[in-house]
Amino acid sequence: MSEPLLKVRDLKIGATVYPPGEKPHDIEIVHGVSFDLMPGKVLGLIGESGAGKSTIGLSSMAYGRGGVKITGGEVWVNGRDILKSKLSDIRKLRGGEVTYVSQSAAASFNPAKTIMEQVIEASVEQGKFSRKVAEDRARNLFAKLGLPDPDNIGARYPHQVSGGQLQRCMTALALCPEPDLVVFDEPTTALDVTTQIDVLMAIKEAIRDTGVAALYITHDLAVVAQVSDDIMVLRHGETVEYGTVDQIINNPQEEYTQALVSVRSIEHEEKAPTEEPVLSVRNITARYQGTKFDVLHNVNVDLYPGQTLAVVGESGSGKSTLARVITGLLPPREGEIYFNGRTLTPDFKHRSREDLRELQMIYQMADVAMNPRQTVGTIIGRPLEFYFGLRGSEKRKRIIELLDEIELGESFMDRYPAELSGGQKQRVCIARALAAKPKMIICDEVTSALDPLVADGILKLLLNLQKIEDVAYLFITHDLATVRAISDNIAVMYKGKVQRYGGKTQVLSPPFDDYTDLLLSSVPEMKLGWLEEVIANRKMESAGN
Amino acid sequence: MKNIPVSALIGLFFTALYFLGAIFAPLLAPYGMAEVVGDVWEPSSADYWLGTDNIGRDLLSRMIYGGRTTIFIATMATVISFTTGAILGIFAAVSGGWVDQLLSRFVDLIMSIPTLIFALVVLSVTPVTVPMLILVMGLLDSTRVFRLARAVAVDIEVMDYVEAARLRGEKTAWIIFREILPNALSPLVAEMGLRFIFMVLFVSTLSFLGLGVQPPEADWGGIVKENKDGIVYGIPAALIPAFAIATLAISVNLVADWVLNRTTSLKGGRG
Repeated sequence: MSEPLLKVRDLKIGATVYPPGEKPHDIEIVHGVSFDLMPGKVLGLIGESGAGKSTIGLSSMAYGRGGVKITGGEVWVNGRDILKSKLSDIRKLRGGEVTYVSQSAAASFNPAKTIMEQVIEASVEQGKFSRKVAEDRARNLFAKLGLPDPDNIGARYPHQVSGGQLQRCMTALALCPEPDLVVFDEPTTALDVTTQIDVLMAIKEAIRDTGVAALYITHDLAVVAQVSDDIMVLRHGETVEYGTVDQIINNPQEEYTQALVSVRSIEHEEKAPTEEPVLSVRNITARYQGTKFDVLHNVNVDLYPGQTLAVVGESGSGKSTLARVITGLLPPREGEIYFNGRTLTPDFKHRSREDLRELQMIYQMADVAMNPRQTVGTIIGRPLEFYFGLRGSEKRKRIIELLDEIELGESFMDRYPAELSGGQKQRVCIARALAAKPKMIICDEVTSALDPLVADGILKLLLNLQKIEDVAYLFITHDLATVRAISDNIAVMYKGKVQRYGGKTQVLSPPFDDYTDLLLSSVPEMKLGWLEEVIANRKMESAGN
Repeated sequence: MKNIPVSALIGLFFTALYFLGAIFAPLLAPYGMAEVVGDVWEPSSADYWLGTDNIGRDLLSRMIYGGRTTIFIATMATVISFTTGAILGIFAAVSGGWVDQLLSRFVDLIMSIPTLIFALVVLSVTPVTVPMLILVMGLLDSTRVFRLARAVAVDIEVMDYVEAARLRGEKTAWIIFREILPNALSPLVAEMGLRFIFMVLFVSTLSFLGLGVQPPEADWGGIVKENKDGIVYGIPAALIPAFAIATLAISVNLVADWVLNRTTSLKGGRG
């Protein structure tokens, strides 16, 4: 058996933390991780945020990001321990033998230079290829990665291509110097599902054709199952489980891995439309001030009391704009909204306090949805005080009730948002919305910034609260698994129009329109060979047409 | 309050020294403020530690009383400039639209006239009293604070928690004082240190030009003016208040820098 290309032994990584009110001190964030990567193989590193997966990935370039130090262990690349190498040797390694693809291509490309210049930069700088050879290689790679007009796309600037294309350009950039190892750090996380599938396929084919080895870092087990040979599950800087894809997906040993594999297994029975809808959106057309382009065209949806309407679509489909129109932040150009049987005033400034109270909102980023200078008690207590005039012990009692409902408890009352985890923050935001005793809550991508297991907990909580409080949710999301888990009705949005609308079972069953079909089939499934299947199906369909 | 850097300690020490000197001036000064006790421009001696001034008053006593006036005026003017500037600035950011335009363009208009010349014109047509001086200085300087407060508040104003407060139906006053101001405080406090120094320089300049504190009241700028002719004869009396202004400026700055570092490193945490 040949030597592994990358051999990591007992890797330890530390960082200095600066907790408020305490002395800065060093902590260890990766505790002795070991693995091997054979030439031409792909290892998936998976774990939630803070698991240390990116940090481990970067250590294969002997790099510690932002104050992170590699404190112990060995990293062997091509038979050399790079942690003991001189800086000048490491410089040859980076961008030569080992290259990197980051999560946000948009933030990684220099907007002032053409794509070609940046793709060939490393090869030319390292003296690996002449400019001409490097450009030929780049054009070949563009073609291989399925970019349109591969001969000329290099002359464009980063803003002149789409997000998915730019991510493929970045892959070309990483492959251009003929590296032995590429580190992919969440390369598809920022993309829409329909774009993700193409990029994923392009990456997979490029890896296969060039015979390069890769570390593939992601938090999405279904994605990593499509591209890697082995998977390592990480948590809190330690290896939870390390095995072949087949073993991890089909026969996980550890409890944590099992939870990851079976995530989103929430069952929710669809409820039939009852009585009068609590919210009716009628013929809404809207555009942003100063633009000449309608972002919503003639939208009609209904939300029934105590039920959930999921509004699903990719970025730019107008789903968040719909939320802004309903909340009154963006008065529509045409159309009307009925709430509780009354016509809702377009501008929230002119709405009655009752209307404001009965329509609450939960935001995607819980971090910025709470004032960092207010305690949890103040944040939840304010709506109680504002809408119901509760004061003193009465208010305190109600706050504690709400904290219990969101499964946090009284001890959280005096904490500041900075002292909460991501999931806890979102729970506090839910409590703030519930404090107003609303008829309806708009949930704008409330779980997309959270790790899968945490998101699962939030969804379960929301479903539970719906039963207790009989509140209706307008649930905006791009994630179809979430939609399946919680909705009663679904509206699929595409380019500002409602493409498909109805009960959950009806919307998710064939016959589909083209867009819904594309969207549904693009959601990664937790099974081996899913990617090939989908691509093969699509090719057959287009051949048939 | 642990881990205060040495520079901030030095700053705190001298700032405290000057402020205590200002507060306890009558107890500390060996002679009266306007009391003629010796000859003109006597050198320093055991009786007169810093010597005497251009008409034979004890310079140390005048420095202590002068510091009191200068620091008092500068502090009051800073308070006025901050309350007006910060509240109007945040108000403009929160209101947006024509309110913002009106206030901002008015501030631009005022700022387009050099502050010193504007102050000289105003003070030459109004009676030069201490309250008048404080008011003119405070209002003119509030334009700078307005710009800063507005810039900071515009960033905070787009945060989801402010939107949440608006959607709750909160009044503008709550949004300004409860949602935005606490989060805008750290840059404003740091700016306050700087503005205080500019106020000290401003009042000293005005006094030097004869439109600030009127004799026989002492202030540092005035002392420089009274003793400036001595420099030609090698008499250092005019340099002493200049030195005091410089050290006060530096020490307040050191403190302000530290406050800024401390509060911004706690982004999102308790400050």
